[in-house]
Amino acid sequence: MLAYIARRIVYVIPIVISVALVCFLLVHITPGDPLVAVLPADASQELAAQLRAAYGFDRPLPVQFGLWLLRALHGDLGNSIATGRPVLAEVMRAVGNTVTLALAAAIIGFTMGVLLGLIAGYFRETWIDKLATSFAIAGVSVPHYWLGMVLVIIFSVELNWLPAVGAGPNGSNSWAWDWAHLRYLVLPAITTSVIPMGIVTRTVRALTGDILSQDFVEALRAKGLHERGVFRHVIKNAAPTALAVMGLQLGYMLGGSILIETVFSWPGSGFLLNSAIFQRDLPLLQGTILVLALFFVLLNLLVDIAQAAIDPRIKRG
Amino acid sequence: MTELPLSAATDAPLQAAPATKARGYWATVARRILRDKVSMACAVVLLLIFISAILSPWLGLEDPYKGSMIRRLRHIGTAGYPLGTDELGRDMLARLIYGGRLSLVIGILPVILAFGIGTSLGLVAGYVGGKLNTAIMRTVDVFYAFPSVLLAIAISGALGAGILNSIVALTIVFVPQITRVAESVTTGVRNMDFVEAARASGAGPFTIMRVHILGNVLGSIFVYATSLISVSMILAAGLSFLGLGTKPPEPEWGLMLNTLRTAIYVNPWVAALPGAMIFAVSICFNLLSDGLRSAMDIRN
Repeated sequence: MLAYIARRIVYVIPIVISVALVCFLLVHITPGDPLVAVLPADASQELAAQLRAAYGFDRPLPVQFGLWLLRALHGDLGNSIATGRPVLAEVMRAVGNTVTLALAAAIIGFTMGVLLGLIAGYFRETWIDKLATSFAIAGVSVPHYWLGMVLVIIFSVELNWLPAVGAGPNGSNSWAWDWAHLRYLVLPAITTSVIPMGIVTRTVRALTGDILSQDFVEALRAKGLHERGVFRHVIKNAAPTALAVMGLQLGYMLGGSILIETVFSWPGSGFLLNSAIFQRDLPLLQGTILVLALFFVLLNLLVDIAQAAIDPRIKRG
Repeated sequence: MTELPLSAATDAPLQAAPATKARGYWATVARRILRDKVSMACAVVLLLIFISAILSPWLGLEDPYKGSMIRRLRHIGTAGYPLGTDELGRDMLARLIYGGRLSLVIGILPVILAFGIGTSLGLVAGYVGGKLNTAIMRTVDVFYAFPSVLLAIAISGALGAGILNSIVALTIVFVPQITRVAESVTTGVRNMDFVEAARASGAGPFTIMRVHILGNVLGSIFVYATSLISVSMILAAGLSFLGLGTKPPEPEWGLMLNTLRTAIYVNPWVAALPGAMIFAVSICFNLLSDGLRSAMDIRN
């Protein structure tokens, strides 16, 4: 097991470096001068050169990348051009809110997905299965930012039950686990949960079908086990794969939250990314993407290790 | 299904033809998908949306660009404006139908481009193998380290807003995914006997790839690509929704959804209409892709 973990971690190192390279290069595919956001329109050539040297843009690209990577390893992702504050601190504060949202969505999506998937797989080819499957397909096909708008229209505009935007009363940015704050989480979390819900439903449905057609289920039934007991075996066998799928989905939710956070003005990493893009705040853009991608790589690693820990067959492969 | 249809029994020339002639793989697939009610319903809906988008200038619709301050945000069902008007008083029905043109292009074109590029890369990587395979597939791995939404937004955010940039960004997102599928199916057939036979009879690598391998793998890559169209439609409209794709006053579903957001307290259901179009196209492509997949899986 330890050897497997070590091998997986070693395999991640080149990925992490390449991810950093992509993030670094992002700024350099940007058309125009990277200083455009800080430089006054009527700046002299001299001032421009000075600033370029201050930000290190005058050095050759590989040197710039090396220096940037070295600083990033020390937790220094530069300062935001718009606010002047350190990028890492800004990103980490926002990521906290995104994690809250993603976890809430994961709990809803996973519970619903497993339930629907089990039911659909158990009652295969009946109307119950068709209903659950349609629900799952709608979940993965719906433009989630639009679903967010529709939920706001129903529950905020028409019924006035839940707040439409923000993460707390009076525009508060600090999260707390009380109803005053939770009310703000309900709509964004449900909106975010539909994609994992759909994917988990489809996975669990297929798994349940496969497991039920195996010989050991026949044997369990033949020895007189009641259906509830059979069901427990199905869940046990489907759990590792379902958990792995959910782990990956958590990563997608962390990285892909920008659209939903924009709809709900949720102060997370996606919202930060959005403002970084439109203020052309390149260090912030670069830093946010790097942190989110690293979270994703880390989650993939954890999923692989967890799966190997649950299912000993994987390690031998 | 082994019996000929009744009408064929009276058709002498058809009877004379060998029974296996009409039983080619693709003919079977086509027949199976034509029998699938869900797939056919989706195909009809998509066809309607496509045709009306293409023919929009000749359908006698209102001018989708012409607004009016005195008839802003009319409700659905207003006389003369069956789907209401938007925040600048432009006819929603016309804008939704015209909007199909750009929305479908920016949603589908990236998948077509990525299909071409990814299939070529995967075919070469899978057939040639060795160092070239390692180089291509390890590069693909790097893109897998980014969630696709983040990657699309990062690239188009860095390149700046614009239709072309959003198409480029989405193509970059889908190329690695298609390459991975193409590589794995190519590796699967590379060592089969018929490829060996072609090589022994003196066929060059290019001919083998084009004639012997592509014919066998194209189907599964194609099905995979069609399953990406739904995601691509959502992402392309999503980029426009964020302000990274199409620019006003162009009618495009994602952008319309964005500009109408300010109106959800005044006229909520009109504001939600463009998203319903994206949803319809996306779910139809998903179901059609599912139908195609099971139609091609002849063993069942």
